[in-house]
Amino acid sequence: MSLTKVDAFDASKYWQLSDMVSLRDEEFGALAYHHVNRRLVFLKSRELVDVVRRLGDFESADDAITALVAPDQHDRYVAALATLEKSALISGR
Amino acid sequence: MGAESTLRNRFERGLAAPICLTWELTYACNLACTHCLSSSGRRDPRELTTNEAKALIDEIAAMQIFYVNVGGGEPMIRRDFFELIEHAVNQHVGVKFSTNGTRIDRDAAKRLAGIDYLDIQISIDGADASTSDRIRGVGSYDAARRAMDNLRNANFGQFKISIVMTKESVEQLDDFEMLAKTYGAELRLTRLRPSGRGVEVWNELHPTLEQNRGLYQWLLARPNVLTGDSFFHLSALGSPLEGLNLCGAGRVVCLIDPVGDVYACPFVIHDEFLAGNVRGEGFAAVWTSSELFRSLREPGNPGACASCGSFDACRGGCMAAKFFTGLEMSDPDPECVFGHGEAALAAKHVSIRPRSSPDHSRRVPVTLSSR
Amino acid sequence: MTPETLIKEETTDEIEEVEELLVEEVSIDGLCGVY
Repeated sequence: MSLTKVDAFDASKYWQLSDMVSLRDEEFGALAYHHVNRRLVFLKSRELVDVVRRLGDFESADDAITALVAPDQHDRYVAALATLEKSALISGR
Repeated sequence: MGAESTLRNRFERGLAAPICLTWELTYACNLACTHCLSSSGRRDPRELTTNEAKALIDEIAAMQIFYVNVGGGEPMIRRDFFELIEHAVNQHVGVKFSTNGTRIDRDAAKRLAGIDYLDIQISIDGADASTSDRIRGVGSYDAARRAMDNLRNANFGQFKISIVMTKESVEQLDDFEMLAKTYGAELRLTRLRPSGRGVEVWNELHPTLEQNRGLYQWLLARPNVLTGDSFFHLSALGSPLEGLNLCGAGRVVCLIDPVGDVYACPFVIHDEFLAGNVRGEGFAAVWTSSELFRSLREPGNPGACASCGSFDACRGGCMAAKFFTGLEMSDPDPECVFGHGEAALAAKHVSIRPRSSPDHSRRVPVTLSSR
Repeated sequence: MTPETLIKEETTDEIEEVEELLVEEVSIDGLCGVY
């Protein structure tokens, strides 16, 4: 197993929802499915769904979260996006 | 309670649409596997027409159901097979089809390799012809291997090899791992359920408690092996296995059969678990409003498992396994890892068990000619 | 009641899960009731 550290998620960069992903609203969030890697992801807050849908409208992930989420939740949402990035649900330009 | 149990709780109460579903295209099959969960063999004359099937696919796409698991019988027997799967993937509905491989010749493999968003699952029941053919018929293992070779030669990419766990196949796990490695394929192991013709062979074929324990440990060490979440009843042994670890029937998945009947899952093809039919009102109406599905989405009652500390891990097990062994829904799973299911079965002296209906089994044995 | 509170704090699992994770993942094959 490689011990090279994978780049940590950089929220100051531009991110967007991958176009290989289908997003389906549910009562308490959304289901996201990546058609290529077959990962199924459950987004468990409406705020997170908003952030994910509108991510590409902002210069950076930080900007998107600042605009859409309470400040004391900022890190929690960065962590959530980092998880999504690991499964390729969000990507750079 | 942790985050995972909250998610499971929500899924247990159902979703606006299934996440994925199983769609049996036909009851026709050129094999006669002894454990066939759909009792397939003979085509049903009331099968959905090509147009009806396409309309169903359109509805599935509109509902944003992400993925359809196509099976049967043998789905490739349908003349419109390619037309239907292409209609699905063109609308970004992912398709996985489950096949015995007999129809995947070089030309078919090439055509399949050209289709996007398509997964293929080839079924065998042993790591060698002797073991597998005992269940699936003479020549079936070789045919499956030819299909795998053809897919590899056509550069299809990664496909899945799927095996049902029986007393015999569970002793060949390392061989399956090797076989999958040979083809760069994904390995998938699933639970034998007493469904369809499976009820006739379940007693003699299902793994022992000891074997199930060994299987659990083997799977725990291999999170990349797929299971279709079919071993969540074994999660009572310790850390949960990969997957949602709960029964998805009527909540996140369901079955649509060849004549458009909607069942809670492919393992309960029986009137007791029939939710409706897609002809007439369409699938969405059945999913949303059927009485059966509404009741399945009510919070579950632990029943006899209430006093067991592991209920949260196994949720009382599989409905199909209980139903077709003559147990009640409130009883433990017949393969409960603590033996509570065996005790329940012994106590009940079950003589009459429900049988899957309909039954499309062939009346005469099948012989598969070798090429 | 104080003894119960103490017991809660000793379970490290509980502490990590005070805030629910916003994201949960599973493979599309990880749902029971399909082929």
